[in-house]
Amino acid sequence: MSVALAADNSASVEEAFIQTTSLPAGMGLKAGRFLASVGYQNDKHAHTWDFINAPLAYQVFLGGALAQDGLQLKAVLPTDQFIELGGGIGAAGEYPSGTGNRKKPGTGTLFAHTGGDVGASNSWRAGASMVWAKAYDRPFEDIDSAGNPVNNVFTGNSRLAILDGVWKWSPNGNATRTSLTLQGEYFRRIESGSLVYDESGQALADSFRSAQSGWYAQAVYKFLPDWRVGLRYDRLDIGNVNASSNTANLYVPAYSPNRTTLMVDWSPSEFSRVRLQLAQDRARYGLTDNQIMIQYQMSLGSHGAHSF
Amino acid sequence: MNKLLQLAAAWLLVLVAQSAQADLKVLACEPEWGALVKELAGDKASVYVATTGLQDPHHIEARPSLVAAARNTQLLVCTGAELEVGWLPVLIRQSGNTAIQPGRPGNFEAAAFVRKLEVPERLDRGDGDVHAAGNPHIQTDPRNLALVAEPLARRLAELDPANAAVYQARSADFLARWKAAIQRWDQAAAPLRGVPVVVQHKAFPYLQQWLGLVEVAVLEPKPGVEPTSAHLSAVLAGLQARPARMILRAAYNDGRGAEWLAERTKLPIVVLPFTVGGNEQAKDLFSLFDDTVQRLLKAAR
Repeated sequence: MSVALAADNSASVEEAFIQTTSLPAGMGLKAGRFLASVGYQNDKHAHTWDFINAPLAYQVFLGGALAQDGLQLKAVLPTDQFIELGGGIGAAGEYPSGTGNRKKPGTGTLFAHTGGDVGASNSWRAGASMVWAKAYDRPFEDIDSAGNPVNNVFTGNSRLAILDGVWKWSPNGNATRTSLTLQGEYFRRIESGSLVYDESGQALADSFRSAQSGWYAQAVYKFLPDWRVGLRYDRLDIGNVNASSNTANLYVPAYSPNRTTLMVDWSPSEFSRVRLQLAQDRARYGLTDNQIMIQYQMSLGSHGAHSF
Repeated sequence: MNKLLQLAAAWLLVLVAQSAQADLKVLACEPEWGALVKELAGDKASVYVATTGLQDPHHIEARPSLVAAARNTQLLVCTGAELEVGWLPVLIRQSGNTAIQPGRPGNFEAAAFVRKLEVPERLDRGDGDVHAAGNPHIQTDPRNLALVAEPLARRLAELDPANAAVYQARSADFLARWKAAIQRWDQAAAPLRGVPVVVQHKAFPYLQQWLGLVEVAVLEPKPGVEPTSAHLSAVLAGLQARPARMILRAAYNDGRGAEWLAERTKLPIVVLPFTVGGNEQAKDLFSLFDDTVQRLLKAAR
């Protein structure tokens, strides 16, 4: 179980699940609250991320990370090549399910991963995932075409496809001193349903359909046992948004939000890490936000080993 | 689309058929246990070794290839004593393989059959990578391999009763050859008794105990922590009072700390293979110790 403390001093359960070890045929079942094994980064805890914040695509399409309250079944096939198939159902809180659907199992996932080694120094994993969500009254804050804040509400079906890949290199497979990790994920989401524009005001309802995408690519290089540098590039594509009669009201600028992030971190021990991160964030139209962030991480208690 | 599905199904069937061999499937965490299984099982087992002789067995990632190997294996042969604590639990969990869960016959821990050295009196993270069960690098004393061989042969027979007689016969044959070899190494290594050594990592207490080498300094300030310049200077100063004859390190260790000290003390560095595959000479268990003893003798001359 892991508990997260938020900036507003509230605590929330990040993950709390039971996992079987006795199912046949390479299967494993998780029940409870868990980070879904979709994409690459989704089921990694925030303290193992290579950057302080999640990629833009994760923030936009999964609200940071998809956690489900439900069941997830995975199976590793009895093949020499690593092939893992799985899927889950569960409630996923306010995003992407919406406030009207907090407790219902409104999300489903399917995912497949494969991977292997190239010599002793290289290993890789690649995967494809789908996330289905039924959204009821999912709110989002926006601005109208005149620039005033409005609150819109979406009800309908959301389908998200994710392609992910990671490549790790280290001399002779010894990652303690030198290593390079290349990682990237592509997201494409299609949503269809109805949108209520300016819910608390004019409340104009009409059909809504969108097809949007985003991706990120990053490289992290460990050049000394305790030191790493990383570079990440994020990009979102506004894509096609058709809100019928509401289209004219919505603010859909023709630009691609993007961000470039540079980080360097120092880990004096396995249980602590200091990180400096510089970012040029162009997620908002016409605005370049230069950011400097410093992070200190410390882990307490016995700590489980990390997955690939 | 249907054609594509048929093709995918056919491909999956081929992959499944390929992996369904008659041999007992063994996944060895370290090369020495892979080599021991080959001695005991011959062609009755197919062995997949998770690490090479040039990898640090403390720090391996639960890579996809290893998850697949763990999924398909019938027997896991590892050192245990927490050596693989950073990756083996993840591997076992992700594999979904019920046969290799801790406590099952498919999970064999070699260190359980050996009396361990350096069992700590207290456990503190401030002390570095200290293993509660004691020092896990048991394979540097050949007498430990003899202690592990018998229970391992019994385990192979338990999991593959059809070939039980083969494992028993091969085990008896191996132990006879192994005991003769130990006698040979003991005689050859007699001049090493009492020789003071500096070690890089606390990797050789069993070797030291076997051959009577005396450890006078350790380059790592704490187990698993790379040598720092301050600590190296302290080691250098300490060697004035307690001189050593050589510096020992395993093939997978970073060589810089040892080289720094060797430059200033003119001590020879002995890069020991540490396990099978640690260098070109260490091809199997016998040549591993032939080479180890030879290198030590050469440095002590």
